[in-house]
Amino acid sequence: MKIYRYASPTLFYPLAGALWPWFAGFAAILGAVGLYMSFFVAPTDFQQGEVYRIIFIHVPSAWMGMFIYLVMAFYGVLALSFNTRISAMMMHALAPTGAMFTFIALLTGALWGRPTWGTYWIWDARMTSTLILLFLYLGFMALTHAIDDTRRADRAGALLAIVGSVNIPIIYFSVKWWNSLHQSTSVSPGTAPKMAQIMLITMLVMVFACWAYSIAMALVRVRALIREREAGAVLEGTQ
Amino acid sequence: MTHSSLPSLSVRGLTLSRGPRRLFADLKWDLDAGSAMVLRGPNGCGKTTLLRVIAGLTRPESGEVRLGGAPWKALNAEQRRNCLYLGHSAALKEELSVDANLSCALDCDAESVDADALAAALAAVGLGERRHLEARRLSQGQKRRVGLARLALSAKPMWLLDEPTNALDAEGVALFLRLVERHLGAGGMACIATHLPMDIGAPVREIRLGSA
Amino acid sequence: MNAVLPVAILPNAELVVERGAWVALKRDLKISMAGKGELAQALAFLVIVASLFPLAVGPETMLLKRIAAGVVWVAALLAVLLTLPRLFASDYADGTLEQLLLSPYPLPLIVAGKILGHWLTTGLPLTLVAPLLGVQYGLEGAELAILMLGLLLGTPVLSMIGAIGAALTLGLRGASILMALLVLPLYVPVLIFGAGAAGQVQAAMDPTANLSLLGACLLFGALAAPFAAAAALKISLD
Repeated sequence: MKIYRYASPTLFYPLAGALWPWFAGFAAILGAVGLYMSFFVAPTDFQQGEVYRIIFIHVPSAWMGMFIYLVMAFYGVLALSFNTRISAMMMHALAPTGAMFTFIALLTGALWGRPTWGTYWIWDARMTSTLILLFLYLGFMALTHAIDDTRRADRAGALLAIVGSVNIPIIYFSVKWWNSLHQSTSVSPGTAPKMAQIMLITMLVMVFACWAYSIAMALVRVRALIREREAGAVLEGTQ
Repeated sequence: MTHSSLPSLSVRGLTLSRGPRRLFADLKWDLDAGSAMVLRGPNGCGKTTLLRVIAGLTRPESGEVRLGGAPWKALNAEQRRNCLYLGHSAALKEELSVDANLSCALDCDAESVDADALAAALAAVGLGERRHLEARRLSQGQKRRVGLARLALSAKPMWLLDEPTNALDAEGVALFLRLVERHLGAGGMACIATHLPMDIGAPVREIRLGSA
Repeated sequence: MNAVLPVAILPNAELVVERGAWVALKRDLKISMAGKGELAQALAFLVIVASLFPLAVGPETMLLKRIAAGVVWVAALLAVLLTLPRLFASDYADGTLEQLLLSPYPLPLIVAGKILGHWLTTGLPLTLVAPLLGVQYGLEGAELAILMLGLLLGTPVLSMIGAIGAALTLGLRGASILMALLVLPLYVPVLIFGAGAAGQVQAAMDPTANLSLLGACLLFGALAAPFAAAAALKISLD
């Protein structure tokens, strides 16, 4: 069995169908365990009190938001260089999940900020660059939705994801730089207090929950895309 | 002038769909130097798309265009040097004069033409008096005639023409036919999407699209 | 019609590849010159936007001086954004863009020529007008010079990134809004470094680091953007 066989949508469709319930199950179990640990097992932080518990959602979301964009760019490279339809579909399937995690990271950051800084939003370096990342996701989705021709949408989206991912380090650096110039560095929710072992484990469980969720969602969406685009080829025979 | 260097063009297994619609499947034909291929068929059957595939603007789903046996990679330098593609639109900048339009087009094609030859070509297509007018002042037929002047001046061996006689009057059509005849006589090739009968003294083959 | 048809001249045996950029630049400048009014429009936009801010925030000299560089930069960003359709969209509409893609010159070089043409007709005039606005906001001497130097280094990058966005959105519904959505987030580093340099001078600090970073963006953009925009054009015209 060769991996690249699954670049064919017809073969990938049943594979994705068999895999996604597993990942969804993992996500549910890990999520439940992780949230229980976040709220009931992990000890209260001596500096920040109970508020800090939001980092168990905030940090994995921020990581996923960042990471999914890079994965999209990777699929973009595959789509442009090997012209494989499934890579482009994976890219489209990942975008909403990435945007959602980025949004959650911003939201939890703001909620954390209210009791900690006394305001929902400050122009902290990490928050600002996460906001720009959200704009990049929105731009990607707006562009691919505006193009009717799927071939053009795939390739234009791939190019945009690549251009965006090349720019992400520059943007992150520039925002950090900007922040340091204006001397308003502050504790952001990402800079967690010294972590006890149990906190670290909780964080890891939540990270894996987010991974499993992202994979499950991407597979479900890819199946929908395959059904939409290659109606004739898929539906006969397989589930 | 002769185009002795260009071997035959062959199309092998070209397939292309637009969305759910298959425009053509497994097209296969050859075209030899000195002859023309006329593409016929109803509106929307893929004539323009086929010309764009041969020009290298559109990538086919499968199949390839070959020149003398070697695959013609989309938009590679050789392809771009050998092809002259005239599309639906007259491809003129409205704000530039007829003169400037033609010399810009030739410049971008890397074809060197002196001012006299340019003036002579415009005179030959009946635009001698209007060559200093802005392109926006021309009628549709006159805009097409600028394209004819470009054909007259072009030394490219492969012409890809999309409805080149649209909006042309009888005299313009006759002029166009003479240009094609001369081009083929010199060993050039042409693919022409048109509804016009091609009565010229050179071998012309026809292919009908959209019957599938 | 009996006029004698002229005889074609064979193409140059050697194609001088580098000429591609020059050919495209010459062409675009000719077109810009022919479309007289357009050149002035971006400038008028910049001046008007910059004049609105004092009306909105009040004429307090210290405050205006503090926001001067930021206002000029944001206004310049938006002015460049407004002129991006000139880069490819008008050529796309009249069919000449297809002809440029089929030119024997390498497409990235043609795109580079067009980007340079765009900068010469937007970024450069904006840079030259900027000190005027700076004076309105109470900037002086070195502050004005660094503002200009920043714009000189930064506005070409705006044209380069803009070219990619303009090429990706060719012919789409609502292309101009979409282009803003794609391009503005990518403009962030240029804005930060450019406005940062001007701000540092005002705070009596050394702006060299910011200007060097702008220069690095310029170099990187000049190497990468023509290729990305050329690839985007091919995708959009496929």
